[in-house]
Amino acid sequence: MRPHNHRGRLRTSLAVGAAAIMASTLVTACGSGSTGTPTINLYNAPQQNLAAMVANCNKAANGKYQIKLNTLPRTADQQREQLVRRLAAGDSGLDILGLDVTWTAELAEAGWIREWTGADRAEAEKGTLAAPLKTAQWDGKLYAAPYNTNVQLLWYRADLLPKPADTWAGLQKQAEQLAAANKPHYVEAQGAQYEGLTVWFNSLVASAGGSVLDSSGTKVSMGQPSVKAMQTLRDFANSKAADPSLTNTQEDPARLQLEGGFAAAEVNWPYVYPAMQANTAVKFKKDFKWAPYPGIDGPGKSPLGGSNFAISKYSAHPAEAFDAALCLRSPANQKIAATKDGLPPTIESVYHDDTPLDATKKAGPDNPSMATAYPMRDAILSALKTAAPRPVTPTYQNVSTVIQAALSPPGSIDPAATETYLHDQVDNALQSKGVLP
Amino acid sequence: MTQATVQSKARLSSGSVAGKAKKPLSDGKRSERKLGWLLCLPAAVVMVVVTIYPIVYSVMLSLQRYDLRFPDKKGFVGFANYATVLTNSFWWRAFAVTMVITVVSVVFELVLGMTLAMVMHRTVIGKGFVRTLALIPYGIVTVAAAYGWQYAWTPNTGYLAQLPLWSGSAPLTHQASSLAIIILAEIWKTTPFMALLLMAGLAIVPEELQKAAAMDGASPWQRFTKVTLPLMKPAILVALLFRVLDAVRVYDNIYVLTNGANGTSSLSITTYHNLISGLNLGIGSTMSVLMFITVALIAFIFIKVFGTAAPGSENTGRR
Repeated sequence: MRPHNHRGRLRTSLAVGAAAIMASTLVTACGSGSTGTPTINLYNAPQQNLAAMVANCNKAANGKYQIKLNTLPRTADQQREQLVRRLAAGDSGLDILGLDVTWTAELAEAGWIREWTGADRAEAEKGTLAAPLKTAQWDGKLYAAPYNTNVQLLWYRADLLPKPADTWAGLQKQAEQLAAANKPHYVEAQGAQYEGLTVWFNSLVASAGGSVLDSSGTKVSMGQPSVKAMQTLRDFANSKAADPSLTNTQEDPARLQLEGGFAAAEVNWPYVYPAMQANTAVKFKKDFKWAPYPGIDGPGKSPLGGSNFAISKYSAHPAEAFDAALCLRSPANQKIAATKDGLPPTIESVYHDDTPLDATKKAGPDNPSMATAYPMRDAILSALKTAAPRPVTPTYQNVSTVIQAALSPPGSIDPAATETYLHDQVDNALQSKGVLP
Repeated sequence: MTQATVQSKARLSSGSVAGKAKKPLSDGKRSERKLGWLLCLPAAVVMVVVTIYPIVYSVMLSLQRYDLRFPDKKGFVGFANYATVLTNSFWWRAFAVTMVITVVSVVFELVLGMTLAMVMHRTVIGKGFVRTLALIPYGIVTVAAAYGWQYAWTPNTGYLAQLPLWSGSAPLTHQASSLAIIILAEIWKTTPFMALLLMAGLAIVPEELQKAAAMDGASPWQRFTKVTLPLMKPAILVALLFRVLDAVRVYDNIYVLTNGANGTSSLSITTYHNLISGLNLGIGSTMSVLMFITVALIAFIFIKVFGTAAPGSENTGRR
């Protein structure tokens, strides 16, 4: 065989191979989304009854669009990573994004989410509580529609602590008395090196009358209130109130320690209430009560959480997506999320709504109303009035990471020195100059 | 690896081939050579696209301020990113952590792997069974195994955390104990791989030499150190090179076990946190390039100083 033939054949087979590969990519590319009804992809954190809410909205859309629910991973970090990775690549498969309240600035500044304007904006703002609405704004513009909010409260066992103190120092004293009486005395708090530690610290700084960043979000303020917050944190970590595994405690271990009978109180989100009601092994269920979040010199400022719906810049059907997002956060759907999944609403009227889910029947365990499933609604509403939002900056991830690293473990904080060090670190993080650990 | 090829090419040109270089090639030879190049071309193109391009691109990124969150503030900054990273304590702590993990785990893996290789080599009955059994840890997905370790070391759920020796503490919340657990998971996982590579080396050692040494009155230990080890040197060096390069890039075990908390970040974890979580392509790429240089240096030292070469190739590096 002559070499020429060799080459000829080689060329042909290469061409055939290349063509086959290209053809298969084309086929897959055409396979999605060319039907009549546009599909709106919703990406949200796992939530048990979200599918029912999606079904409600699909029914209401009446063929205008079809929402498809995609569930993100369980932890906030993994959710954010999936979203930003795909947004950075310009993925058009994302339409509605369920965002943690701390991500708004970052995604808006990067140009990955659309501004809410006109009628959509008016609808998203109508009757919405001020604190959650602020978490959806950046640079004076609205970038998301508040879906649910969240505030931490102090949850306690009234059989052990008939009147819990309203300050951390007061709780430490009460814990000492309980310890002396050989009773469960831990006050559970989120001291592990993760977002929860930033949440706790930020709340302490606000309770001390300060803030981590100034109101523009571009400069570090910290200072004396931060030193005070660090002292409080350190003293608590070294007191009888602290669980020995404080440096490993996140929200759920804290809840389990209390349900297991090892703790007298915990600071936590309201989801602990339905969880406690569902736990059949607990004997002190009727003594499980709530109080305002503890402070430094008086009542504290609760940490503020929650999530908002944003529309991706790369969405192919933005008009439908805005519409669908508004439906998903409608008062009726927020009531489902609150009564069935324990998520505090962002629309104030929902708190005062006493009609059960099925208005035709009487309220009860199977047909909850805000009154039956949400007895702590007034406490949440009043905590929302003073709650401490976390720093608003596009580099929130960096700021939070350096805070966690600097304060961990809380027991060995040296307030003045740590404040100086952290001030510097946060300053670097704001300019995205610094290195993350 | 590239060093090895460069070296062998150098040898080829300076040695036997040098004489023939002037002689004109026949038509058949020439077209054959051409065909050879053509056959290599697809592979070469794929290599350029999937490796050379990303490497060059990350070097370029490392010279820029490039944070995805501030698309308007992109710009060339020279070596500023390198200055930031190389003067940062987090980076050097990660470097130290990585080196500790590498050295400790590779030393244990070498000793245990050698023992395991000897056992597998000498086993008479159930050879296949023993070898399969030994390879099980290596066959388990690292992340799945890491979750197993994580649960085992978590107080209340894990059987290892409940051992009376350290009961009541949470070992994964302290730096030293976390590192020990990470190293343990690494050793457990990759000792079989080491053993497999070493077993290949053991197979090259001729049985006659062992017998001759025994005849001369060498004890088993002497036979091991004076006969087996010197003959196995190339295989050991290759195994060490592979493992060291792997260990320097350690990622999955740490990601699952601590995700870098309490000062347990390795270089890869730190790079990931800056590049993916932090969305800072400039700093993250700088770290990737620095890691690349570290790995290249280690490979260079192994090949040039210790004389590592592919087992079976005629040149066993510098002797």
